[in-house]
Amino acid sequence: MTAGEGREVARGGHDLPEPTAELVAERTGMFGAHDTGDTSGYGGLVRTVTMPPAATRPYGSWFDEAVDVLAEVLDEQGVAFGDAVERVMITDPRRSAEGDGPSLDAELTLYVAREHLVRVCQVLRDDQDLRFELSLGVSGVHYPEDAGRELHAVYHLTSVTHARRLRLEVTCPDADPHVPTTTGVYPTNDWHERETWDFFGIVFDGHPGLARIEMPDDWPGHPQRKDYPLGGIPVEYKGATVPPPDTRRQYS
Amino acid sequence: MTAPAYDSPHAARSTRPPSEDYGPSVPGFEASGGDWDEIAREAIGEERIVVNMGPQHPSTHGVLRLMLEIDGEMVTEARCGIGYLHTGIEKNMEYRTWTQGTTFCTRMDYLAPLFQETAYCLGTERLLGITDDIPERASVIRVLMMELNRVASHLVCLGTGGNEMGATTVMTIGFTAREEILRLFEAITGLRMNHAYVRPGGVATDAPEGFTDQVRAALPKVRGYLGQLGDLMLANPIFKSRLTDVGVLNLAGCFALGITGPVLRSAGHPYDVRKAFPYSGYETYDFDVPTDTAADSYSRVVLRLEECYQSLKIVEQCLQRLDDTEGARVMVADKKIAWPAQLSVGADGQGNSLDHIRHIMGNSMEALIHHFKLVTEGFGVPAGQTWQTVEHPRGELGVHLVSDGGTRPYRAHFRDPSFNNLQAVSVLCEGGQVADVVVAVASLDPVLGGVDR
Repeated sequence: MTAGEGREVARGGHDLPEPTAELVAERTGMFGAHDTGDTSGYGGLVRTVTMPPAATRPYGSWFDEAVDVLAEVLDEQGVAFGDAVERVMITDPRRSAEGDGPSLDAELTLYVAREHLVRVCQVLRDDQDLRFELSLGVSGVHYPEDAGRELHAVYHLTSVTHARRLRLEVTCPDADPHVPTTTGVYPTNDWHERETWDFFGIVFDGHPGLARIEMPDDWPGHPQRKDYPLGGIPVEYKGATVPPPDTRRQYS
Repeated sequence: MTAPAYDSPHAARSTRPPSEDYGPSVPGFEASGGDWDEIAREAIGEERIVVNMGPQHPSTHGVLRLMLEIDGEMVTEARCGIGYLHTGIEKNMEYRTWTQGTTFCTRMDYLAPLFQETAYCLGTERLLGITDDIPERASVIRVLMMELNRVASHLVCLGTGGNEMGATTVMTIGFTAREEILRLFEAITGLRMNHAYVRPGGVATDAPEGFTDQVRAALPKVRGYLGQLGDLMLANPIFKSRLTDVGVLNLAGCFALGITGPVLRSAGHPYDVRKAFPYSGYETYDFDVPTDTAADSYSRVVLRLEECYQSLKIVEQCLQRLDDTEGARVMVADKKIAWPAQLSVGADGQGNSLDHIRHIMGNSMEALIHHFKLVTEGFGVPAGQTWQTVEHPRGELGVHLVSDGGTRPYRAHFRDPSFNNLQAVSVLCEGGQVADVVVAVASLDPVLGGVDR
């Protein structure tokens, strides 16, 4: 049975905001120099860091079908799709301009509101047309310049049944770094959530034992955040001094 | 001393006589060290015996720490402690160019370095949108290296697994056979480990002349050693009784805990990333995915041996394709990404492309500038994120890469299968005997370099 068969599917009925490129940060200058020492002439350079915009219908491939099924099941449970999924994103660097539809490398990302995360996971896992039964863990990303959404938790789900992959992304502000745990739906996320807590300081509410996993228990700070220094010491080599990696010249 | 709690779930199966028989001085503990003191104090209060195994224990595959609560010979609770080998590789990768990243991720799972390299490079190529532009020869070399690496990794798993049960010959044969493969790695990458051989856009250098013949000469030896291993292990009554029905994890358990690789296939599901989500042209190779339904440690040994043979089958197909594509490119044509890849090895063992050096030093100032910028600054990768997985010897290895449009990864995360699979230790060990812990952990084949990264 193919996904979506026998269902009444309302296409394009979701209330999603207009797609705009997401401004993540703004960088100035080049080579990492921000004082008078910069004689490169690039000091006035301004580069905006943006993430690709949200996708528009039709998404192509199986993406429309899966999103529609998810919307329908959520609707049955009394949750509006627009409340649960903040945006739908297709990343596809190989997509041609002619509009031939997504390439084989296209990836679907759903930005889920944290209060609906567990419900979305449950639907994705249990619905026969979705069946994302295998979770491949949690990864964190820290965007310090993305005000109000500094911390992202990223979940990668695989449907072995339908040979599909999907990414869920949940954001939370640095001031309130709480995301509900998904261990009830995917027990495998246990250690992955501990790792994300350890490295990013995202608190997974309801986790059975949210302790540090890689760093020692009494370690201060969360090392993978962008404001946590890499550390390192200058190394002398053949008379010259090689500075530690995080103080070297940088281009981006 | 309180009376034994016969209504506790483990009491009925206990092999220990009621505690009154021992007198008031038993059980006794010798404990020292910070954490350990507390655990033991807590344990005495509840009349448990907690045994700390590792992190410096020869049967824990590195620095895995197991905390076992035992009742007689039975393990009632098993927990893992990890993190002793954490080196912050993911964090370090954020401070290096995309090309330099491959020298970092190769050091994660040190028994399967080429899988991390390939997964990382495939992810980078996907972000760049050049997946289709990778030369065929480069993909063939990647597949060849990965499959040889799979055999080498499984040989260590089987060898050390045997050694932990006292079968030293299994270990020596396993490592001797692995040596044959490491020699091949050395011939093509110059190194036995930490290769940094697979690069975004292709591979660092072409296979040297006569490499396919060298592989063809080594394959019968490897096959012979695999045969010896099979003869030593598979019908050996001691080996069988140690492994059969030990460390059982059924299909539902595997999916719940996200277990992939040989452990999942031993429970009967033929999920293999090479078949389900092919990469590097795996859909064009002829090979089988062996499965079993016993879901125990013994079936995992059988599967790993069988996978070695399947890998050798792929290697033979690769050799044919390498002969057919002799002299073709091994690096993407786009000069904004490609490092020089037709290297010759100098007297000091360092590789250089002499033609390239002649060109940038003698002919073209612009080429020199370009080379300098490519190597120091690196190439920019369009903003976005990607998820690439490969079939690692231990399961599904996932790479999550985020780019902000710059020349360095904004975030690189590796979903290592050993890290995930270690979560199953409790399920595999609890209710079994202490001696079975070693067998069950060995059947997961964790490599702590990958677990802790």
